[in-house]
Amino acid sequence: MDLVRNLLGSTIGKKLLMAATGLVLIAFVTGHLVGNLQVFENPDRINGYAHFLQSLGPALWAVRVFLLACAAIHIWAGTVLALEDRKARGDEPYAVHKWIDAAVSSRYMRWTGFVVLAFILYHIAQFTVGAAQPATFKENIGHYTMTSDYRVMGLTVVRAGTEVLDVRSMVILGFRRRVVALFYMVAVGLLSLHLLHGADSLFQTLGVRSHRWERGLKAVVAVFCAAYFLGNLAIPCAALLGYLH
Amino acid sequence: MTSKTFNVILRVWRQAGPGREGRFVEYPARGVNPDMSFLEMLDVVNDEIAARGEEPIAFSHDCREGICGTCSLVINGKPHGPNHGVASCQTYMRSFKDGDRIVVEPFRARPFPVIKDLVTDRSAFDAIQQAGGFITARTGSAPEANSVPVPKEVAELAMDAAQCIGCGACVAACKNASAMLFVAAKVSHLGLLPQGQPERDRRVLAMVATMDGLGFGGCTNQYECSAACPKLISHDFIARMNRDYAKALFHSAFRPAAAGGAGA
Repeated sequence: MDLVRNLLGSTIGKKLLMAATGLVLIAFVTGHLVGNLQVFENPDRINGYAHFLQSLGPALWAVRVFLLACAAIHIWAGTVLALEDRKARGDEPYAVHKWIDAAVSSRYMRWTGFVVLAFILYHIAQFTVGAAQPATFKENIGHYTMTSDYRVMGLTVVRAGTEVLDVRSMVILGFRRRVVALFYMVAVGLLSLHLLHGADSLFQTLGVRSHRWERGLKAVVAVFCAAYFLGNLAIPCAALLGYLH
Repeated sequence: MTSKTFNVILRVWRQAGPGREGRFVEYPARGVNPDMSFLEMLDVVNDEIAARGEEPIAFSHDCREGICGTCSLVINGKPHGPNHGVASCQTYMRSFKDGDRIVVEPFRARPFPVIKDLVTDRSAFDAIQQAGGFITARTGSAPEANSVPVPKEVAELAMDAAQCIGCGACVAACKNASAMLFVAAKVSHLGLLPQGQPERDRRVLAMVATMDGLGFGGCTNQYECSAACPKLISHDFIARMNRDYAKALFHSAFRPAAAGGAGA
C-alpha cells in the first residue's frame, strides 16, 4: 500500500513517524513523572498506585507493548534517517564549519538519544524486571500494608489493609546508591535536553508550526522541559540526601 | 565610500575535475578594494593567476546581482559568506578586514558533485523541479487577468516562496545536505495558488520522492537552511510541505476509485 510504503520509505514519512511516536512518548514520560511524584506523599499513595497499575493485567501489557512499539519505531526511524543524512553529506567534509542558527539542543539529538536509551534499559532492569540492584527490588523486600484506601477518580481501587509491594522503599533504597542516583540525574538532564528540541521540532514535522506562534511554542516547551527536569531531579536527589525515608 | 585597499589571504579548494583528488591552495589577494564584491575580488586574483600561466580558479557566476542563483561559494564555513540574506555575488569585501584568512569551499553534498574547483553540478535541483514544479495549463492566448481571483495575502505568500533562486545554499548549510527548503519553496509557491491545485498532491509526492531518490538527506528542523538562504525563504514553508505531504498520503490512501466510464 502506498501509504505504508511512503511512511516507511520517504524522509518526510519517517519524520512523521518520529514525530507521532515522540508525541506518544512525551505524553507517557509526563504521566509517568506525575505518577511517580506521589513518592513524596504518604506511602499509601505510590504503593497503592503501583499496585493498581499491576492489577490492570492485560490492559497494562497492551500499554507496555504499544509504548515499546513506539520507542522501537522512534529509534528505527531515527537510525535510518541518521545514516541517510550522513551519506547525503558526502565524503569530503567542510574544512570550516560554523553553526548559524541551530539550537544547541538540536545538535546533540543522537548523543542524548543514546544516553536516554541506556537510561531506559537500566530503569526497566532496576524497577520493572529486578535484574539490576536485585537486593532492593520490590519482590525481594518486605511487603507494605495499606493504611488507607487508594482511589482513582473517586473509585476505591486498593483497599486499606491490602498487602502490596513496597515500591516506595525500593525507589528510596535504589537511589541511596550514589552512582545510580547520579546516573539518573545526568540521564534525565539529557532527556530534558532531547525534549527541548524534540517537543518543539515535532510541531514543525507534523506541519502545525509557523512563525506566528514560534516564540510561544518555544517558551511553552522550555517551561515544560525545565519542569520535567526538576520533577525528575527531585526524586533521586531527595532519596540521596535523606529527605525520603 | 571607503577606498583604502587591504590584503587578505585566500585558502581555496582546487580540484582538477569530477572525482579527482582536491586540496586547498593559498593565494594572496593584494590591494583589495572594500567595495569590490567577493566575485570581483576572485576575478582580480584570477587575472594574476592567469598572468603567471597557471589555471585560474573556476567558480560559478552569472547575473552578479543576486537573482540568478548561480554563485555558490562557502566562505569561512557559511554558504554565501558572512552576511544575512545575500548571495556570494553581493557579499562585499568590506565584510572582511586586512590580514583575514578566508577559506573558500564549494557547496558540499553528495547530490552536488564538484565539477571543478568551486563549481558544483546542481542539476539535481532541475530533476526535482521537473518531477512536479510546474502546472499543466492550456497554451494559447493569455487568459483574462482577473478570471481567477487570488487573495492578496495568498499571492504575497506564494511570491515569498517563489523568491527561491535555486542556488542550493540550503543544501550546503544543512548538516544532512537536505533539500527540504528548496523543495518546500517550490511546492508551496504553486500549491498556494489556485492554478496549482489540480496537481497539488501529485506535485508534493513526486518532488519529495525525487528529492529522496537523488540522495538528499532529511530535515532535522535546525533551520540552518533558512538562516543561510540569500532570499530568506522561511522554514515555515517546510512545515507547510510536511502538512501537504501528510495530506497527500492520506488522500491517495483513501481516495475512492472512479467507476470507469468514458475515457477510463
